[in-house]
Amino acid sequence: MLKTFKIGGVHPHEWKLSAEKQIEVLPLPKRVSVPVTQHIGAPAKPLVKKGDIVKTGQMIAASGGFVSANIHSPVSGKVFKVDQTVDASGYRKPAIIIDVDGDEWLDDIDRSDKLVKEITLSGEEIIKKIGEMGIVGMGGATFPSHVKLSPPPGKKCEILIINGVECEPYLTSDHRLMLEKSEELIVGIRILMKALNVNKAVIGIENNKPDAIKKLTELTSKEEGIDVQPLKVKYPQGGEKQLIDAITGRQVPSGKLPIEVGAVVQNVGTTVAVYEAVQKNKPLIERVVTVTGPAIAQPSNFLARIGTPIEQLIEAAGGLPQDTGKVIGGGPMMGKALTSLEVPITKGSSGLLVLPDEAAHRQPVKNCIRCSKCVSACPMGLEPYLLMIEAEKEMWDRAEEDRIMDCIECGSCSFTCPAHRPLLDYIRLGKGKVGQIIRSRQ
Amino acid sequence: MSIVLITILTLAGLGALAAVILYLASQKFKVFEDPRIDQVEEVLPAANCGGCGFPGCRAFAEALVKADDISDLNCPVGGAEVMGKVAQILGKEVAKSEPKIAVVRCNGTCEHRPRLNQYEGAPSCAAASALYGGETGCSFGCYGLGDCVDACNFDAMYMDEKTGLPVVIEDNCVACGACVDACPKNIIELRKKGPKNRRIFVSCVNEEKGAVARKACSVACIGCGKCAKVCPFDAITIKNNLAYIDDEKCRLCRKCVAECPTNAIHELNFPVRKNKTAVKETATEEK
Repeated sequence: MLKTFKIGGVHPHEWKLSAEKQIEVLPLPKRVSVPVTQHIGAPAKPLVKKGDIVKTGQMIAASGGFVSANIHSPVSGKVFKVDQTVDASGYRKPAIIIDVDGDEWLDDIDRSDKLVKEITLSGEEIIKKIGEMGIVGMGGATFPSHVKLSPPPGKKCEILIINGVECEPYLTSDHRLMLEKSEELIVGIRILMKALNVNKAVIGIENNKPDAIKKLTELTSKEEGIDVQPLKVKYPQGGEKQLIDAITGRQVPSGKLPIEVGAVVQNVGTTVAVYEAVQKNKPLIERVVTVTGPAIAQPSNFLARIGTPIEQLIEAAGGLPQDTGKVIGGGPMMGKALTSLEVPITKGSSGLLVLPDEAAHRQPVKNCIRCSKCVSACPMGLEPYLLMIEAEKEMWDRAEEDRIMDCIECGSCSFTCPAHRPLLDYIRLGKGKVGQIIRSRQ
Repeated sequence: MSIVLITILTLAGLGALAAVILYLASQKFKVFEDPRIDQVEEVLPAANCGGCGFPGCRAFAEALVKADDISDLNCPVGGAEVMGKVAQILGKEVAKSEPKIAVVRCNGTCEHRPRLNQYEGAPSCAAASALYGGETGCSFGCYGLGDCVDACNFDAMYMDEKTGLPVVIEDNCVACGACVDACPKNIIELRKKGPKNRRIFVSCVNEEKGAVARKACSVACIGCGKCAKVCPFDAITIKNNLAYIDDEKCRLCRKCVAECPTNAIHELNFPVRKNKTAVKETATEEK
């Protein structure tokens, strides 16, 4: 019996079209726009100004607080301007726009493919290095990794969980990383284990990726303390709390962080980035992005520099199909529809999904008949139909009592609703309002 | 016979006893309430709209009676007339308040501001604005989903299907401010109603740089500052690439309206002007 999380979950069709496609390096764009908010927390402060010459890997914006991250130039060239650019949400946000000229890297970055196994830095130095290199959670939440690796005083991490679940349909970037960078991944895990001072790590992989499970099981058989845990396919298993439940059987209490049950979760992409940062001195300036969709000519996995306009990725995958209805940043469950093709790739962009017009629209909304399908689907044990009503009627106090803040916005409720009600839309609105109320109380 | 008598006497006795207890209790636990609260509440419009900042007319009446100085309290629905009556009852001074009205500061109709994408989510401006920047290139403008219309208790707003923008019905609007709070984009503002309902305002809230704002919407304020230069009363300030007309200082001379290159400044309820050059000439003559 394979492990999985206990409550809720849904089974969307997998559609892993690009699972067999090797990671390709995307050619450099002509111009990149690098937003200064690519992470959760305070925006980074730009360090460069118009006309400055920057090299690849040079720091161009410094972390603006403890929960924030440094940003490095993904290309070499001249700063065109420090202005605003449209981000994935359609709002304009401050960004550093750089005209690409050649590809000249900083000298201290090791660009060779040689595997460096020996970890010379101490735990604290590793965390400091990860902070300097601007590593954030690459699964999509973009939480700064150095913060996650510094447990609050009194809390001890017992187990490191590596998230190789990739439960979103269509996306394959983590899958390909696990296959193509498996040795780097193992070293990355060792580095994280040293930083957290734990001797147990588990890689959680859903069993729709048998090749990745096989390869990593072979590699980890020689490694002490690192195990591979195949998991039953169920969405949203990649959610931090769901993954901890699936692997350890422990439930993170409401409103608490995973460290409460002694677990720290890191994504596969993040772990490989940690390897590159610590062993190769390479900041987070590129990432693997899946470009996929039912009508895309060549669904692919690209290694793209941060700041590359998504238009270029879609072009490289065979161009935008004729009847495109929607381009989604991320997967179909949690991704956001993009309002423009000029939106740049950021540290959290795991994929681009191009949907044809017929699949892009919502169905007409009907009345709620209290069938409670959303309640059975909710992986956090909430009552989405109730939370939606409470948010609609602005009953914020009751929404708070009904644990609206526990919602992980996985979208299982909206996915499963036979009446096509916009459950998550209203819950997200309610979360925002209730969050404001809670903050104003402090 | 005696049974009937005993029953009557017992019940009468119990009744008398209960009456005494109730009387004593009512004396003991009596809550004094200023009778003026009821009088004031009687005068108030009983709309319970919350426009005064208090939860309903009763709470406002209590506040009016309690406060020593009521000059900063105002019932926007009743206006000067009702506040005058309140002042009479309480023997206090009220500040002369000028009637206000809700003004929608966005003119991004479909023709001025082309739609770039289509929103199909929850039909609520608050939900949409929490999610993304809107259907057009302007992330400051009206979403057209009608949260303000839903919030209005006085049937003073409706969505114009043609333009996709909310319209204020001047006769019904009481300036309670419900729509102002409901709009997640801070587009609606309460401004002075003006003499003969005449008023001038900048119908745009876009804070982008001129070129960006103009690209998204042909009637956007581009923050060029021409209006501020031409204004003889220093009523116009430019902040974050956006002009704002202070309705306290504005004397409705309409020079800014003629000057605005994007027609972002609107005049309402003025008689039709002759033509732009004529206005400019009179403007220079006055100088």
